[in-house]
Amino acid sequence: MPSLGLFLSQLFNGLALGALLALVASGLTIIFGTLGFVNFAHGALFAFGAYAGFLTYQASGSFILALVAGAVATGVLGLLLEWGLIRRYYDRPPEDQILVTFGIGIVIVESLRAIFGGLTRDVSQPSWGNGILNLHYFFYPTYRLEVLGIAALALFALYLLIYWTRIGLIVRAGIEDPLMVRMLGIRVPRILTLVFGIGALAAGFAGVVDSPIISVAPDMGSRVLVESFVVVVIGGLGSFPGAIIGGLISGEILSLTSMIDPAYSDVALYGVMALVLFLLPRGLLGTEGRI
Amino acid sequence: MNSSAGRRALTPERIMAIVLLALPWLAPLLHVTADVLTRSLIWGLFGLGFDILFGFTGLLSFGQAAFYGAGGFISAWLLTSHTVNSVALALLIGTAVAAVYGLIVGFISLRRVGIYFAMITLAFGEMSFFLENSPLSALTGGENGLPGVPSPSIDLFGHVYTVGSGWQMYAFMAVIFFLGYVIARRIIRSPYGMVLRAIRSNPRRTPAVGHDVQRYKLSAFVLAAIYAGLAGGLLGLFQGYMPPDAFSLDTSGQLVLSTVIGGRGTLIGPLIGAFTWIDLRDTLQQFPALGASWKLVFGAIFVLIVTLFRRGIAGEIGALLERRRRAREPLAPSATADQRPSAPAPAPAPQRVRAAAQGPAILEVRNVAKRYGAFTAVADISLEVREGELLAIIGPNGAGKSTLLNVLAGDLEASAGRIAFQGSDITREEVIDVCHRGISKTYQINQLFPDFSVCENVEIAVLAHERGRFRADCFRNLSADPSRRAKAETILEKLGLLPFADHPTAEMSYGEKRRLEIAIALANDPKLLFMDEPLAGMSPVERAEAVQLIAALAAERTVVLVEHDMDAVFRLADRIVVMQNGVLLAEGTPEQIQNDADVQQAYLGGVDEHEPA
Repeated sequence: MPSLGLFLSQLFNGLALGALLALVASGLTIIFGTLGFVNFAHGALFAFGAYAGFLTYQASGSFILALVAGAVATGVLGLLLEWGLIRRYYDRPPEDQILVTFGIGIVIVESLRAIFGGLTRDVSQPSWGNGILNLHYFFYPTYRLEVLGIAALALFALYLLIYWTRIGLIVRAGIEDPLMVRMLGIRVPRILTLVFGIGALAAGFAGVVDSPIISVAPDMGSRVLVESFVVVVIGGLGSFPGAIIGGLISGEILSLTSMIDPAYSDVALYGVMALVLFLLPRGLLGTEGRI
Repeated sequence: MNSSAGRRALTPERIMAIVLLALPWLAPLLHVTADVLTRSLIWGLFGLGFDILFGFTGLLSFGQAAFYGAGGFISAWLLTSHTVNSVALALLIGTAVAAVYGLIVGFISLRRVGIYFAMITLAFGEMSFFLENSPLSALTGGENGLPGVPSPSIDLFGHVYTVGSGWQMYAFMAVIFFLGYVIARRIIRSPYGMVLRAIRSNPRRTPAVGHDVQRYKLSAFVLAAIYAGLAGGLLGLFQGYMPPDAFSLDTSGQLVLSTVIGGRGTLIGPLIGAFTWIDLRDTLQQFPALGASWKLVFGAIFVLIVTLFRRGIAGEIGALLERRRRAREPLAPSATADQRPSAPAPAPAPQRVRAAAQGPAILEVRNVAKRYGAFTAVADISLEVREGELLAIIGPNGAGKSTLLNVLAGDLEASAGRIAFQGSDITREEVIDVCHRGISKTYQINQLFPDFSVCENVEIAVLAHERGRFRADCFRNLSADPSRRAKAETILEKLGLLPFADHPTAEMSYGEKRRLEIAIALANDPKLLFMDEPLAGMSPVERAEAVQLIAALAAERTVVLVEHDMDAVFRLADRIVVMQNGVLLAEGTPEQIQNDADVQQAYLGGVDEHEPA
């Protein structure tokens, strides 16, 4: 039997990982809910954010600045992508929408590889994240605890944006009935661009936060993409609370099972996904919405 | 006829055979190596199955690597561990395991459609990768893969012939690919294949005409897994080594890219696409500075093709040739626009003078309700439809008429109540079963198969009537049975659409499409026909024609009609029921309804209540 200390420390790992996954998945879910399609370039945007943050961090030495720069750069890239390409796809069949975002993802990842090379680069923790905390039952790396805090704050900010602002109101109305929103005289195209930007921003932000833990590499996002798919399948695609709950569940599955046998932790995650699909095809909090 | 007979010598199969035979002589001139061609053929074989799944059935899977890897590793393990010494047997077992794995994964992932299906297959692909990498690494070699896979050998009457590398290997793969291609062509051109194409074209109407879509999808998924498993096994034989990245997400993605760039729905598309990237990769790798950039170039080409040339290389070329052919051969004799008969010209339809039919009930509806969460669309409906009558359901917008029709026709499941057709309970039956009992429905918004010709739209429905819910007649020739076409033409003639039988559906006018919508519903010889606002959107002239047509149809069967055009309803109906807010307001003959005070109030908007004081 694993000791209580190990168990608690894995529980915290799961929370930190889950909060990050929730952040990535909430970007995915906001884009899906409003635009009606799944962004297969989300993992690439995650990597793009990590690189942008990495460069800023190297140049300025400030991790806070890196967080802001990585998130904003990815958000701007998202705006440009929506404006230049994605919006041409709103009237095309869903598989074309998947294909184009998949292609964009490859172009982003391969551009990163062409510019920065394929090597993995370690990112040092910010100075305020160094050290280990004594939590009575176990010792825990300070930065991971801070990741949990940062991700929770970011999720809270997204929550405020969606549920307490005018834009959020329009986004939620757009999910319910895009045609009606258009008839109310709201400039829907502009909102859609903005939503894609916000979703991308969330992915880029998560990329910077995660970079000291998983290191930076061009294809660092592919695993995150797949795992965030699992998160939204479990939580229910298009549901913001679903992304958070699904993220935390997935994070805990990954880290608690790896305590028993790391070889099976990913397999366990997909097993739970299959189970959820079987029992609740719409996910825990999914509404039928657009499929 | 003569020109097509002349062209018959050049079937795609024969062209493929000639190209495969000529390549060993052509390739050196173009500086293409045997290895590049062999590898492309393996990917092409992998892609044949994927194209059946994605290009023809419309199911975009991102998890095909799971079956490629499963087939590959099983075959390689059997051979390297000397469990099996026959290459053919090892390939067979590997392919069979991939098929079973496909059955399991397909069963789970096909519970969802569209975006979900793509995401779930991707997740299963990744799960397979992790399975190979850790828990099963003792068998698969984990990250190292399985080295030492023997070259394929062929046992010819005791004389064992081992296939060498280079062009010998090419010849071996070319033979297998060619067989795979011929089989895939047959599948696509069979009645089974036509149903697959129908699913892509209109996944909602296909079950409504009586095909068990779920089983067709699952079988297509398994077919794709079989092709993938075989291709994976061949990869190990070709390389003498089974690489772990056969399972990777990159492999699934590369397959999707190849297929789309080469042309989805063409069968040869994946081969062309795979050759493009393999050759590009090998060419660019000669320049150290560019070595890794092939994927960037390929990704950019992909985005360009998806955005501007969505048919892909083979598809765009095919479409170009088709346009030129049509420009050369003016339209088929019956086809010029000015000859269009506007009217279906049914027997001069009598004013319906039948007295309200007193026959036995063909459909009994008891306390049926349909609720969506807190919203009640149909609250509590009980009614009887009598054999041979035309029953019209009218009521203000939002009364629940269309919902009721959808529940009765099996498109929606009732939340409560009981529905019996000719005495048997059909409350829980799906639209497929209901269709095979002899019930049909025409939709308020046209549900056609836009990729099919006019005649094929009806044939796909006749097919279900002939073949039942599901039949895997993959190798029957679609055109071998002229009776199906004849039956479809009979129906088209009834609706005045026969002159357009071979026209693309997209070119038809709205009124013609509306008639085609009815034609599809007639293919199962329905005893009971539901019609959901058949006159919606028609011009006054078209309306008059359609009213005659409906009268003619109702002379032969029971019809339940939902319609807003009151003139038409009162001319056509034997009996009318009025719905409001999900319940029955009134029921009776047209005369009774016309004089009913409640009905007048419902239609006039409740004058009493809202009259200003």
